[in-house]
Amino acid sequence: MTSSKEALAHSAASAETAPGDEPGAVRGAQGRGTPSAGTDSWRSRLYRWDMKASPYVFISPFFLIFGAFSLVPLLYTGWYSLHNVQLSDLDNQTWVGLDNYQNLLSSDFFWNSLWVTFSIGVIATVPQLLVAIGIAHLLNYRLRGSTVWRVIMLTPYATSVAAATLVFVLLFSWDGGMVNWLLDFVGIDPVNWRESNWGSKFAVSTIVIWRWTGYNALIYLAAMQAIPGDLYESASLDGANRWQQFIHVTIPQLRPTILFTAVVSTIGATQLFGEPLLFGGADGSKGGSEHQYQTLGLYMYDQGFMIGNLGKASAIAWTMFLILLIVAAINLLLTRRLRKTP
Amino acid sequence: MRARTRTARKTVVLAAVAALGAGLLAGCAEDSGGSSNEGDGNGDTGGKTTLTVGTFGVFGYKQAGLYDEYMKQNPDIVIKENVTTKTSVYWPKTLTRLQAGSGTDDIQAIEIGNIAEAVQSQGNKFVDLGKEVDKSQWLDWKNQQATTKDGKLIGLGTDIGPMAICYRKDLFEKAGLETDRTKLAEQWKGDWSKYVDLGKEYMKKAPSGTKFVDSASSVYNAALGGASERYYDKDGNPIWEKSTGVKDAWDAAMSVATSDMSAKLKQFETPWDQGYAKGSFATVACPAWMIGYIQEKSGDSGKGKWDVAAAPTAANWGGAFIGVPTASKHQKEAIALAKWLTAPEQQAKVFAKQASFPSTPSAYPTLKPSPDTTAYFSDAPLTQIFSDSAKTIPVQHFGTKDQPIGTAIADIGIVQVEQKGKSPEEGWEAASKEIKDVLGQ
Repeated sequence: MTSSKEALAHSAASAETAPGDEPGAVRGAQGRGTPSAGTDSWRSRLYRWDMKASPYVFISPFFLIFGAFSLVPLLYTGWYSLHNVQLSDLDNQTWVGLDNYQNLLSSDFFWNSLWVTFSIGVIATVPQLLVAIGIAHLLNYRLRGSTVWRVIMLTPYATSVAAATLVFVLLFSWDGGMVNWLLDFVGIDPVNWRESNWGSKFAVSTIVIWRWTGYNALIYLAAMQAIPGDLYESASLDGANRWQQFIHVTIPQLRPTILFTAVVSTIGATQLFGEPLLFGGADGSKGGSEHQYQTLGLYMYDQGFMIGNLGKASAIAWTMFLILLIVAAINLLLTRRLRKTP
Repeated sequence: MRARTRTARKTVVLAAVAALGAGLLAGCAEDSGGSSNEGDGNGDTGGKTTLTVGTFGVFGYKQAGLYDEYMKQNPDIVIKENVTTKTSVYWPKTLTRLQAGSGTDDIQAIEIGNIAEAVQSQGNKFVDLGKEVDKSQWLDWKNQQATTKDGKLIGLGTDIGPMAICYRKDLFEKAGLETDRTKLAEQWKGDWSKYVDLGKEYMKKAPSGTKFVDSASSVYNAALGGASERYYDKDGNPIWEKSTGVKDAWDAAMSVATSDMSAKLKQFETPWDQGYAKGSFATVACPAWMIGYIQEKSGDSGKGKWDVAAAPTAANWGGAFIGVPTASKHQKEAIALAKWLTAPEQQAKVFAKQASFPSTPSAYPTLKPSPDTTAYFSDAPLTQIFSDSAKTIPVQHFGTKDQPIGTAIADIGIVQVEQKGKSPEEGWEAASKEIKDVLGQ
């Protein structure tokens, strides 16, 4: 611990001697400080080597860990996806080329799970972000006990997926659940939330919305507080009411933040796994008797660990990765376009 | 000054590298200690040998005090149990460790749904226990399930799940049906469709809010548990499409699913538990392990109202084995412990505590269910009913994908018909599509 502190202090000191220098320019500082210039002594060579190498040593932990726990598994998954591998027989791999991918693209279950992921993603993300902006706007007013409200907003996010989902399962239980009880109160027939096609998607989305709305609201709130107050002042001088201020000042100023939350939510929606799995109960990996809420994540889990077909599961993993890349590319295009239009 | 700085820098770098290296090494060491048992498990602690037992769910060994007893008899042995709650988590984890050849426990439990996969693909990862024990102690069909093609016995039988029917005497009486357990058993003997017929009778005068059976899937599982032909033939080829066992069980389940006699509950989920408490179904297919479950979930309100009758056919549902992986560092000690744990006397002790039914017939005459349980089930001769069933269960062949196939039929096919009102043909179609996907057909 002390040694790293020392290192920090030291690097701060060297930064002082050469302010604004790029890391590469440190060599210049070294040249300046070398007394016996010209004699390419063993010590100075060692010193130079030290200067070059130590930054890499300092940043290496991240790359080592990234390599061991992210890159290698990623590449290995890719290798698996080109083989027929069973969970029960890992040593026995037969090369099948792109068969797993071909198999996937011709499988109804895959397209179904893609559709489910997309539809739950939309049902969960859009209302979530809209409500979050609204809440953030309310919290942005001068309120009594604003910290309390902010903490309350964040509590659902701090709840574990499992705990939250198990409670929602009880609420949505078709025989004696609270949601159906309330529906019955207003004269609507009970819905079999787990087995109905849209009902189940709606129920899963509710869990996601409940957990993430507060989190996004706080991000919006932070961004809103960074908007300069004089914008609002001049707007109100121009006679804009609160709503017009919200539409014409707050929203445009929030644009980059909205984009950020949209990207993060999209990635989250693509990886949706825990909520539908636990919502499905004892055999959640199927995502319902007609796979009505089997997301891509669940489909991968079912193929890999319930059925034991690791090759195909790996192909699903890589396909998900590619889908995320495409999503990221679309987002990049949108961001650029948004930046261009003032 | 400069010189000092330089040495300081060098020291820092060296220290950092050393710290990093140490950290990484420590990380690795910790990791292997956690997942394998190099560090704490297999190591010899104070001259004692530590044996680890990997199980899922509640095995009852600890509950019945067997570990303590064994450690008292063998002071140089320390036993540690590693429990994973869910089989669906336990088995993939165990498979990967078996193949890595490290991280396995000295004794690993194997569920009946996974035994075929273990026999066919993990045969060389387990010690052959056939030469170590007197095989005749176990039911023949139980041994056969754990025997590889070349005759290796990779697992010793623990419990089995011989089948009976548990029924609510009080509800039967209100519906005007026979309540005597022997006469009832006579009425549906030999065929699950007779049991379904009785369900139709029941529904005619059913007490309000009650159904005849908890779910169509439970009837399916119970009926299939008594069939000599399941999803695979004895050479391991899938025959599910034309298997008579599957067809009969499916038909029985369909007549339940398309009538109103099912409470449409999914087993082992909260509403099912609540169904026991509320008494919302009159019968349930009852493997021996279900007895304890009913007693717990039905609670005081069900006391003395439940009774047990022989099932239409002798059937088995559930059960497990324990095997010794070749990766175990203490094979000799592990084999001795496995032998002891599965011996008839110990199985009887587990039965007394946990109602897990022994797979060793010589234990049957000595079985004593707890007086509580007997009273709960109207003094039904539990031991008699279950051991009669156990002795006549046919040999069943399991295949590598038994579990996913079963899931496809029970959770896709049957649920679509039972809960979404699809036709039996549509249900079968959906299940077949699923199974073909599982088998890569």
